[in-house]
Amino acid sequence: MITTTPSVSKQDFKNGTGWELKPEGACRGAVCIPLPAGTIDSDLVQLEDLAKAMRLPIVHDSERSLWALGPASSGGRALSDVQAEFELPTLEGTPFHLASLRGKKVLVYAWAPY
Amino acid sequence: MWQELRDELAPKGFELVTVGLDTLGAEGCAHFIEATSQSHPALLDTHHLLASRFGVINIPSAFWVNEEGDIVRPPEPAPAPPVERTPGPRPGGPVPERFRLMAREAKKIPNDAAEYHQALRDWVENGQGSPFALSPNEVLERSRPRSTSVATGHAHFELASHLEVNGDHEGAVAHFREAHRLVPDSWTFRRQAWSLEGGAEGPFARFWQGPSENDPDAWPYESGWLEDVRSVGPENYNPKFKP
Repeated sequence: MITTTPSVSKQDFKNGTGWELKPEGACRGAVCIPLPAGTIDSDLVQLEDLAKAMRLPIVHDSERSLWALGPASSGGRALSDVQAEFELPTLEGTPFHLASLRGKKVLVYAWAPY
Repeated sequence: MWQELRDELAPKGFELVTVGLDTLGAEGCAHFIEATSQSHPALLDTHHLLASRFGVINIPSAFWVNEEGDIVRPPEPAPAPPVERTPGPRPGGPVPERFRLMAREAKKIPNDAAEYHQALRDWVENGQGSPFALSPNEVLERSRPRSTSVATGHAHFELASHLEVNGDHEGAVAHFREAHRLVPDSWTFRRQAWSLEGGAEGPFARFWQGPSENDPDAWPYESGWLEDVRSVGPENYNPKFKP
């Protein structure tokens, strides 16, 4: 996720990374990463603290005042969980949740116009 | 075509979701999406969420999700069914030499389409009983390796894509270059960055994927598609389909 400030709200963090910040830790699907006490006490969380606790890479472009939080890599693999949930927009800009196809077999096909 | 395969399998509880990975979003993808029948969801993925979240490294590729929302095959090459026609305009006029050379390499890339589509049909028919539906552990193990430096490369890629969208092309190039260095096995990261450079004019521009003939020194990247495919060998461009 990209931010223009070094701290973000829990909701923005969830929207940007898919990780929900709960009392038991940062959770996505069946995976929860415990967080040190105090990390998520206020609604605004410090990205540097979270990145360190969750072992997420953080890149700071100081010239442009931007922060980018990379994906988790703790399991050494792109997938740490088989849950496939994601949300992306259609051409019209309507958010589409993969979960809306629960009950069907789905092939998610990545293509590009280049 | 995918559409035909989708229509064949849809009555058996199957759906196709296409996701266009492009920093240019609708501007880059709309034309191609509108050329299809749109009977299935067609999504836009501006910052390549499918790469950071699931480990997509080239296109076309796909992953399979079962009725419970669990991945049963991680991202892997997904060759198009045989009669696929690329939608969109056919550039008129003479074909540049570079395209002829690219087409020659592309022809040497092995294609496991028949095996892949047979596997898909088997899974749609037999579900978890299909030998092609993998166990959760196999799914995780077969997903792309991800070290801290690879994950850092994904952060650079997202920064690059964000800067490009916001009109800072020079800033984008610097972060694309870092992403290429840190995630060397991602073709998508390279192809995306190359597609944003003006290697050629007009309808060829995004497919040129390499230095322009007139001003090769202006190319801000180490290589291009033709050069990289020759370097790894077209036979190694895609991993072979592994049942």
